[in-house]
Formats: sequence, structure tokens, C-alpha cells
Amino acid sequence: MEKEGQIRIPSGCAIAAVISKEGRRMTGESITEAMKPMHDRSNGLGGGFAGYGIYPKYKDLYALHFFFNNRDTRKACEAMLKEDFEVVQSEIIPTRTIKEITDKPIIWRYFVSPLSSRMSALQIDEKEFVVRCAMKINSTVKDAYVFSCGKNMGTFKAVGFPEDVGRFYQLDEYEGYSWTAHGRYPTNTPGWWGGAHPFTLLDYSIVHNGEISSYDANRRFIEMFGYKCTLQTDTEVITYIFDYLLRRQGLSLEEAASVVAAPFWSTIAGRDAETAKKLSYLRTVYSSLLITGPFSIVLGFDGGLMALNDRLKLRSMVTGEKDDLVFIASEEAAIRVMAQDAVNIQAPAGGEPFIVRVKEGKY
Amino acid sequence: MGIEFLYPEFEVVRNDARCIRCRVCERQCANEVHTYDEEGHVILSDDAKCVNCQRCVSLCPTRALKIVKSDCTFRENANWQPDTIREIYKQANSGGVLLSSMGNPKPLPVYWDKILINASQVTNPSIDPLREPMETRVFLGKKPGVMERDENGNLKTELPPQLELSMPVMFSAMSYGSISYNAHASLARASKELGIYYNTGEGGLHEDFYVYGPNTIVQVASGRFGVHKEYLEAGAAVEIKMGQGAKPGIGGHLPGTKIVGDVSRTRMIPEGSDAISPAPHHDIYSIEDLRQLVYSLKEATEYKKPIIVKVAAVHNIAAIASGVARSGADIIAIDGFRGGTGAAPTRIRDNVGIPIELALAVVDKRLRDEGIRNNVSLVVGGSIRSAADVVKAVALGADACYIATAAVLALGCHLCRTCQTGKCNWGIATQRPELVKRLNPDIGSERLVNLMTAWNHEIKELMGGMGINSIEALRGNRLMLRGVGLTEKELEILGISHAGE
Repeated sequence: MEKEGQIRIPSGCAIAAVISKEGRRMTGESITEAMKPMHDRSNGLGGGFAGYGIYPKYKDLYALHFFFNNRDTRKACEAMLKEDFEVVQSEIIPTRTIKEITDKPIIWRYFVSPLSSRMSALQIDEKEFVVRCAMKINSTVKDAYVFSCGKNMGTFKAVGFPEDVGRFYQLDEYEGYSWTAHGRYPTNTPGWWGGAHPFTLLDYSIVHNGEISSYDANRRFIEMFGYKCTLQTDTEVITYIFDYLLRRQGLSLEEAASVVAAPFWSTIAGRDAETAKKLSYLRTVYSSLLITGPFSIVLGFDGGLMALNDRLKLRSMVTGEKDDLVFIASEEAAIRVMAQDAVNIQAPAGGEPFIVRVKEGKY
Repeated sequence: MGIEFLYPEFEVVRNDARCIRCRVCERQCANEVHTYDEEGHVILSDDAKCVNCQRCVSLCPTRALKIVKSDCTFRENANWQPDTIREIYKQANSGGVLLSSMGNPKPLPVYWDKILINASQVTNPSIDPLREPMETRVFLGKKPGVMERDENGNLKTELPPQLELSMPVMFSAMSYGSISYNAHASLARASKELGIYYNTGEGGLHEDFYVYGPNTIVQVASGRFGVHKEYLEAGAAVEIKMGQGAKPGIGGHLPGTKIVGDVSRTRMIPEGSDAISPAPHHDIYSIEDLRQLVYSLKEATEYKKPIIVKVAAVHNIAAIASGVARSGADIIAIDGFRGGTGAAPTRIRDNVGIPIELALAVVDKRLRDEGIRNNVSLVVGGSIRSAADVVKAVALGADACYIATAAVLALGCHLCRTCQTGKCNWGIATQRPELVKRLNPDIGSERLVNLMTAWNHEIKELMGGMGINSIEALRGNRLMLRGVGLTEKELEILGISHAGE
């Protein structure tokens, strides 16, 4: 059977996220629990989490999380890494042995710093350098896969139900100011760990529920700019779109949201002249990055979260609050697990970005 | 007679019991097929003059007439087909180049018919265009590569000039001269009502139609007929015609019989003179020359109008398009080998150029490989026959389509393929006043609006089925297409998978 990347596999899903506006760090236990009532939204073929602020000791280093199929690949990859990075720490990512998660690959992490000589030779900045290295490994090294490459954040994913994946990765032992989670319902059984969500690039992570109908239009456009969609998943292309719009084009979150979930022309016509001009501009220039079809996503980034629905709101997504905490989930039940007395439960309208940021200096 | 005789291709069959001798057929046929015999009180038909335009059939009040293919045939021969033999006789008779009209009629592959469209089932919802918004608006033109902000951090929202289309279809170039005043009037009015554009072709713009300028694309071809400052300023965009799908490598042909009155004045050439445009533009012998003309036209129009470069789909089209995309052009129009014409040498029409489906697929891919796809918009034509063809073209990578044959069909054309004679009984491809008046622009424009409205509904239905509610999410979305009965190589060129994959 062909694995993810060789074939395109649509999937349905559950997502959840929590963030402390005060930058208060919490363990991954609560977000793992939140996935339990949404068990039936997954089918055991993929679950994962992203935690922000989890590596304070190495916060200025890029944390590269890897899956290796065998030891030789790891050795070879390590040699490659050392050509481009100073490797400060290299270690296995600790896991619990549980019967629900099987066939685990070698799961490793490196805390690295890019070599300035290499960056200046290529005339690119640090982030672009890390992106290119990750892309290179993922598209050229067989049996090795970088699944997380941000600073002071990390992704943990596997084939299994999300609540088991959380236990497997011992998320109760990590503390982060924000967490996102994903349970997957793929309509095929590739059984490959790399295909689980979240999908990340630098500090951007995406958890996504839906199947976008614009996929190939988006993919073929974004690939013009050096991105390689090796997985053929919606989540991968959405991550690259946000990286392109936010990091490379310098758009704000709101502007990026109005590109991927562009308001209808009739809506734009009803806005004040200046806003209409701006929205028309974004929609016209980045027309190939409009995403159609159902999606609810949570974009995690350094210091915040953004939730966004497709413009018709074809997937459920609700938000809630409790003190300094803000919650996002496919179902209210998940929020109630994290905070029984959460208030202000709302369903953001289609195409309306819901953005939460940690207070400046608190993360 | 004798050695020069060719048995008529068609036979006019009259049901005498139904014929009431009203003589409509006689009056309607510019080819003078029908004559009334007073003495015998019968209507006679000269089959040899019939072109099978169906005018008499359509207007006969008692349905007494039909035109059938003659069953008088040459001895069967798989190698020497009847058309081939007839053409040999014609050339032996005349010593001339054979002329034809409309698109290539040969049974060459129509890739549109071997491509199938996707629909949503279960994993994502289809969208119902009757109940949800469904957008087909398109902007054609160069898109900036880098977003800029002013000193206050606000987006600079000035865009290079764009054409805004309510749906991804425009009426392709047909010159005033090759088609009639009333045909142009119909196209212009329909474009305005639909919020799309029609194209003047290379014959200039009649002064009456300057009012439709905001919906007009003015063409500059190698003959430069009717090109002057006011003309360039009148249009919403300027199109440089480098080539035409029906006759790549040569210029336009308009027989002198059609250069009369206003046509002569609009073209700025003497009445009765054949208008044979030069094969190349004599100021464009290379790509760098094209750039000069593009910028000359931009200067002349103060950078307010997009410049379209129209090329015929030929073997090296991907490299050509890449060059054009870097020439300053805002839009590239590619015309496939089945594109129509008012007159073209038969051999060229039937043997030169490549299918638009393949040309589009390779051009879109090449521009993306080079990272310059957003620098230009792609418009394709030749031939787009239905809403399904439009959807397939957009999914392969086109921004919009050009249609002309479909438009003249809506005006009454029956594809008899004798436009070059100037005796169009439907009032389209003629300049004879008594024929031109048969095409009522009120009715013509309404029929064009009907056709486009119907197509737009169908485009929306097909998009909704795929779960797509905006045309831009369909553009280049090749996963929505599958091939049937195509070879590996054909699939590779089209960039699509086979059905079942």
C-alpha cells in the first residue's frame, strides 16, 4: 500500500487548543484529556500535539524532532546536520511503552543553532536556512523525517488515538503556555507517523479538521516559492501558506486570514471604501491561496494561537474562556473537560479569525 | 463539366407535398440555390450551390426542406478519402491555395472529451449554488510579487491594470469585416450586459462601438488595420496578435469582397482590396522586439491598460510563453489548433499547431516551474465548446477562456464553413446589407447573454459539486481532473492522473 506522500488521503478530524494569556505554563495532561470526549472524531490512525514554551532551557535553539526508520539513517542524518548546525543537544524523545501505540520509529530530537558561515554563504536569514534544511531532509533523505523545527516549541505525534498519543509521549511531564491537539480520521490506512498532525514549520503549527477542495490550486501555487509538498496533505499546504504569507510576505494574521478565507465579493462590496480596497487587493493578488472546502484550523505560533473556519463554516469549531485561559475545540465537550465552568462559549463565524496572544513579555 | 465536374456535396430534399411555394427559400439563399419556375409552379434547387448553412431549412414555414449529404461517392478508399480527392480536383482546376473557414474539422483528438471532472462524496460536502454564494469573478492581469507598505504600515493597494470579468469567459477576436456590423453590435452589447469583454479583432473599431470601450479589447495585428491613438485609448485592454490557432505562422486574410463601405473606412484601407496581414509583425523579429511593442503600447495608453499577447499554440509554446511572460505582457492568450477563422489556407488550418489542452498544460506548468505564473494571466481559446470545457481549462491552469465559434453559433451560425465567400445567410460573416440586416442585434445580444448565463450556471453547478465556491480555487487545481483512454505520455503532459488512480 502506498504511504502518505505517494497518495493523497483525505481525512476528517477533531481539534482542540488551550492558551494562557498570562503565559502561565501548564502540563500537557489537560489537553490530552480534552481529546477523550471527541474520541469518535478520530479512528486511531493519527493523533498529535504541539506545545509552546516547553523547552525554556534551550529556548534560543531550534528543536528538531525526527522520525528515523533505522539507526543508520539517524547516523547519516546526524552527519548532515553537523554540516549546517552546531548541535548542542542530541537525545531520544522519551516515550512510555503502552499497548495502544505500536510500531514506533526511532524518535529523536536535536537542539541546534545554524552555522552563521553557512547562512552567509547562502545569503539567507536564520529562519529561511532552517526551513530549507528541513525541506531538504524531508524530500531527499529516505527513512528520515523532520516533524518539528521551531524554537521553544515541539510537536508530538503518532499513529493512534490522540489521548493515547499524549500518554505515549509523556506530555504530563512538559509544561507549555499553549497547546494544540489533533485526532485524525483518515479515509485510508497508511499507518505512517509523519502523516499525523500537527504539521509544523518553524514555530508555525497547524491542526486542521477538514478536506479542502482547493488543495491542488494551493499546492501548485505555493510550490513556486520553494515549498515542497511531500505529504500531499491539506495541513501541510496550509502550514506553508501561512509561512509564506506571514513570514515571507509580512502580512498580519488578520490579513493572512482574509487571504485564505477571503470574504465573498458581495461582502467586500458592503465594507467601507478603504477596507474594501484592501480586501480586494489581498484577494486579487493572492487569489491562488484562497482555501475552499471545509476546514477549521488552529494555527499555533510563538506567543499565540489563531483559529479560523472556512468562509461557509462547514466544520464545527467553538471557543471559550476561563480566567487567563482561552480554549478552542471542535466540540464544546472538549472545552468542558479542560474547564467545566468555561464561559463565553462562542462559535466564530466562517472566515472570522479568532486570535489570542500571550501578553508581551510573558512567554 | 467533364473533367472539372464535382458532384455536389449536399442534396436539397424538398417534400413537394408540404411545399406551399411561398418562395422563402429562394429569397433567403444568397447562394441562389433555389429558383421558382413559374410555368411548372415548382421550386427548383441547384444542389451544386448549396453550402448546407440550413438557412432555408430553418425558415421554411412547412418544414418541407432538408439538406442531406450526397450519397454519390467515389469508390471507397481508406487512404484517398473523398475530401482529399475533391481537393486535388479543385487545385487541378484552379492552381490555387485552398481556402477554408471556421476551425479544423478533422478527427484529431479532442482532449477535453477525454478528461473527467471530480465531485465531492462523503469526506467533504458539495456546495449547492442555489443556496450558497458561488463566485466566478476573475481578475486578469499581472499580480505584484512583493507586498509593500507605506510609512504607516498600511498596505499599498495599487495594482497593475486588471480586467474584471464576471465569469471566466470572453468573446474572442473577430474583426469587423470578417463579421458584420450587427454581429459586432451583438457582441459588444452582450459583453456590456454580462460584465465581460469582446475583442475587436484586427479590423479596427467602428465609431459606433466606442461607447462599449470599457468592455472592449482592441487588437493590434501585423497589418495594423485601423490602429490609431483613439482606438488604443478606447479599449479596456490592448491585444497584440502574434498568431491565431487556425493559421499559425501567417497573418489574417480578408477577401476584398468584404472590404466595403464602413469596413474599408474602419480598417483605413481602400474598398475592395484584399486585406492580407503580413505573416510576422515587421517590427517583431524576436522576443526583445515584442517587449518594445508591449512597452510602446503601454506608453501610448499611459500604463492604464493591460497588454495581452495572443499566440497560436505551436510546438515550442512553453518556451514562447515564458518569453512573453517576461516581455512585460500582462496577459497571454493562447489559441489552439482547432480555433476558428473567417478564412485560412486549408492546409495550414488542418495541419499546423497543437491542441490547446496540451499547450495550456505545458505553459501553466512552465510558468510555475519558473515561479512567474502570477506575473501573467492565461487566457485560452480554440476551441472551447461548453461550460465543461471552461471548467476543465480553468482546472488545467487557465484564468479565463476565449470563445468565438460558440458565440457565432449563438448568433445563428450553422458551421457551414464558407465565411470566406462573404455570403453568410445568417448575417454574421457577410457585409452585404440585405444579409447583415437578418441578424437583429437585439436578438443576437440576448442570445449571447442567454448562452453565457447558462454556461455560468453550469460552471457553478460543476464547481459546487467539487466543493469549490470560488473560481480561483479551481484554477490550476488539476487533482480535480482525471483522464480516460489517454497514454502515460499524454497524462504526463496534461499533468493529471488516469481515472481510477
